[in-house]
Amino acid sequence: MTAERSRLNLRDLLSETAVALTARPARTVLTALGTILGVGALVTTLGLAKTAGNQIVSRFNELEATEVVVSAQSTGFGDNTRSLNVIPWDAQSRLERLNGVTAAGTVSAVDVGDDLARSVPVVDPQGQTEFQIPVMAASPGLFGAVRASLFTGRYFDQGHEDRADPVAVLGPAAAQRLNVTRVDNLPVIFVGDEAFAVVGILADTARRPDLLGAIIIPNQAARDRFELGGVESVEIDVAVGAAELIGAQAPTALAPNNPDQLRVAVPPSPRRVRSDVEGDVNALFLALGGVSLLVGAIGIANVTLVSVLERTGEIGLRRALGATRRHIALQFLTESVALGALAGVLGTSLGVLAVVAVSATREWSPVLDSWLPFAAPVLGAVIGLVAGTYPAWKASSTEPIAALRGVA
Amino acid sequence: MRSLRRSRGAPTPDDLDDGPLEAWAVPTAPAGGLSFEGEAVPVVVLHQAGRTFAGPPPVEALKPTDLVIERGEYVAIVGPSGSGKSTLLHLLGLLDTPTAGSYHLDGIDTVTLSEPERAGVRAARIGFVFQAFHLLAHRSIVENVMLADLYRPGGRDRRRERAVEALVSVGLEHRLDATPATLSGGERQRVAVARALVSEPSLLLADEPTGNLDTATGDQIMALFDDLHGQGLTLAVITHDRSVAARAGRVVGLRDGEVIEDRLVGSGMR
Repeated sequence: MTAERSRLNLRDLLSETAVALTARPARTVLTALGTILGVGALVTTLGLAKTAGNQIVSRFNELEATEVVVSAQSTGFGDNTRSLNVIPWDAQSRLERLNGVTAAGTVSAVDVGDDLARSVPVVDPQGQTEFQIPVMAASPGLFGAVRASLFTGRYFDQGHEDRADPVAVLGPAAAQRLNVTRVDNLPVIFVGDEAFAVVGILADTARRPDLLGAIIIPNQAARDRFELGGVESVEIDVAVGAAELIGAQAPTALAPNNPDQLRVAVPPSPRRVRSDVEGDVNALFLALGGVSLLVGAIGIANVTLVSVLERTGEIGLRRALGATRRHIALQFLTESVALGALAGVLGTSLGVLAVVAVSATREWSPVLDSWLPFAAPVLGAVIGLVAGTYPAWKASSTEPIAALRGVA
Repeated sequence: MRSLRRSRGAPTPDDLDDGPLEAWAVPTAPAGGLSFEGEAVPVVVLHQAGRTFAGPPPVEALKPTDLVIERGEYVAIVGPSGSGKSTLLHLLGLLDTPTAGSYHLDGIDTVTLSEPERAGVRAARIGFVFQAFHLLAHRSIVENVMLADLYRPGGRDRRRERAVEALVSVGLEHRLDATPATLSGGERQRVAVARALVSEPSLLLADEPTGNLDTATGDQIMALFDDLHGQGLTLAVITHDRSVAARAGRVVGLRDGEVIEDRLVGSGMR
């Protein structure tokens, strides 16, 4: 003859837990209140710190974070100011060799004296046909480095540069003033007496908006025709995160003999700004959240312990019906873990709502670490586990005899 | 009132899952051809079983006692407070283990079992009825009865149906979804009896079942016990009420931890 072991089905355990928690909902919620508030405070703190940090960080957008500008230091005063001639003409190819540079190009203002720009003469006695339009000399890589886009035509290339071809790319404003709208009919413009074939018209640039109103010609053409003396600055487009590195390497690559004569503009490191903000906000509020979690855990432990005493009769009955000590402990532990997890879910919801509400009033975009809504209920469950351990042990060590003899 | 014991034909696969084979044995028909043990094994065999509570000073609540309860017997255990009848009840109900001697329930040596095994025997073979009913206040009647199958191996099958059947057998089919608070004392105790019966126990242990009831409702419960006994259930009722004891077939009297009388009465005399 055999004796089968008593057993408790997992589904039964869970449904017993559900019944126990829903039998007195108000009491369940009050028991969990401390944990709800604690988890809510933690989620709110972390969420707001992240959100606020992200607002400040968002000023350093991707466009700025990937721009490095190297310019030659100026010398002289007033009208005599001129750049030191330290950036070599082949700056573009020197920089493009660096790992992390996606595009580079030189850009310099060309001094055309009093020369005015005009397109092929149109007889218009009333209209103005000659304009003072800035002329910029560039290496072909500049268009990539400023993330330009074409309205029509093409950019000039290294071949134009090498041959000193008289070609020009117009900024949209310059094109409008010169009345050039298409390039397929090979329009020609004049700067002073020099003729340039227009090969392209820009639509827009992401950087250097001054290019939009300028006539852009190759470096070599500018040197030959307008005696351009040197490169003013180099625009470099770098990979995300490479700005600081390139900022450090570029002067040496450009002017190995006197790198200190170059000025480098790099964007500030976003990481540093973010960590400063988060650190300030977090420390205090995390401490507060921790305290309320502790209070919440004590709350759960307290009420669970009281309920063990209240349910002495039930414990005795369950033992009589075949529950082992382990089953009793498991039941109470499951109840407190479920209660903690429930509080975690509720607290997380409240915290997320608070973050969204604060963000709405400040017109921020709410930002939350994606792991947070999942980790917080787990934290609640762990609190329930810790808080329920002693009451569960107490319940399991209740003698069924004494429990049954007590008043129901 | 319909028969509590469902008639058992040839075992079906469902029955095989349902529990140990001997649960099929119809108590009044020991030679029913199903008994693996040959002639019916007595439900309870206490051999020099005693219970001493560790001191100081040690208290010998139950002196070494021999007690045999045959299948289908209806035994009243009587005695004044402190006579050891509660201790005996707890030993019989496997809520406590004897510190001396042995206890075989349905032929199972219960002293050597592990706690999960003893709990399993308790779940499958013993039904309890308490003075204080011990119903869970926040659950319906039928849910209270279903609780009896929670810890029983194989207890999940047709749990609700069997709970309803047990409630029908105690005449409460019209109150299935009521909560205990809306029931009278007699009805509550009948729910408790239904809960004890749902696992088809070998032994029904009742601890002062009429203690919280007035005489009339107490009589109804005792009539229910008579009926169950008539259907072949083995009952042991602990009481200090002589009129309750008089309905049993056998009275075991205790005093100071010792059996001082053991006699057949009433129906048992016939």
